[in-house]
Amino acid sequence: MKCRVCREPAVIDLRRHNANFCAEHFLRHCCQQVERVIHDYKMFSPEDRLLVAVSGGKDSLAVWDILHELGYAVDGLYVGLGIERYSGESLSYVSDFVDRRGLNLTIVDLGDTYGFDVPGAAEATGRVPCSACGLSKRHVFDSAAVDGKYDAVVTGHNLDDEAAVLYGNVMRWQVDYLGRQRPLLEARDGFPRKAKPLVRLTERETAAYCVLRGIDYQVEECPMAIGNKHLGFKETLNLLEDRSPGSKAEFYFGYLKRAVDRFSDAEDRGRLGICSGCGAPTDAEVCAFCRLVSRSAGATQPVAFKARNEATVSKR
Amino acid sequence: MFVVKVLLQYPSREIEISGPMSVTKLLRKLDLNRESVLVIGSGTLIPADSVLADDAEIEIRPVISGG
Repeated sequence: MKCRVCREPAVIDLRRHNANFCAEHFLRHCCQQVERVIHDYKMFSPEDRLLVAVSGGKDSLAVWDILHELGYAVDGLYVGLGIERYSGESLSYVSDFVDRRGLNLTIVDLGDTYGFDVPGAAEATGRVPCSACGLSKRHVFDSAAVDGKYDAVVTGHNLDDEAAVLYGNVMRWQVDYLGRQRPLLEARDGFPRKAKPLVRLTERETAAYCVLRGIDYQVEECPMAIGNKHLGFKETLNLLEDRSPGSKAEFYFGYLKRAVDRFSDAEDRGRLGICSGCGAPTDAEVCAFCRLVSRSAGATQPVAFKARNEATVSKR
Repeated sequence: MFVVKVLLQYPSREIEISGPMSVTKLLRKLDLNRESVLVIGSGTLIPADSVLADDAEIEIRPVISGG
């Protein structure tokens, strides 16, 4: 197997590109794919301040590393979820990453700041853990980006993530979600701009990027996520990909090119109000996160406003 | 005949495979989708067409995450 660029021995084959790459040119390929997404979707410019949502996994560390290498100003935000041993380990990978590069990291621990953790919230509310986790992370990232006047929140969603979400939404014809599934969501109604620069890279590519860059990341799957629907969708799509390389990219990018605009009208664009608890944008009197906090902590009124303004926020 | 040590991650377990065997054939034998894993040895990636050496110790690392 020879590298497509230099004809030296290759270390990875990318069948959907019908190409093999050596380490040097694979890393360059990853950066080029990210640059292309940033350019095509006009995500942000080198003058912008970016906040990356970082978990200690391969995707968030890869996107932070690539953007840092490309010269963007990126700070990180880590949310402590309180998931047994898993959360402590994930923070150690993030800490090691920022220490080696001298980057800025803010840590918000759900337990210290809001009085609950993801396992507790799942039990108290009867929601699946991934639901409580996603809701909490979105709230904390949105709040931090708005409060910190960042120009965009960056997440490490990759091609597999986006194809799996699209697959799930199509299977159930969730038309209100389909209209929002884009690599870039503009800021609106108090929500920050959100960008996904990794959508042209598969999970295998982001993991390979980390291995070749010497980035130590948390390989272990979150114990709360094992067996969830999202993983099942990914496995299904990878069966198709194995038989027909390029299927995931054709599915997702074909949707963006030919179909997403057809669902724009289905997206709920109703005017949002302000949460009476925390001040976040919401279509209810109290936002979903404050309701989660209230139910999880057993409180009788929203406590997030106080918690948010007296947050236990660590700056490294 | 030689033996290749294979560390499979999550759940972590070690197996031994009789060689010689290419990476592609190894993944097929273990019923693993090549889109879902990386094969790693000596800190770098091992390409699909490689034939594993008789003293090889490799890691097969899953790349799918559910977040």
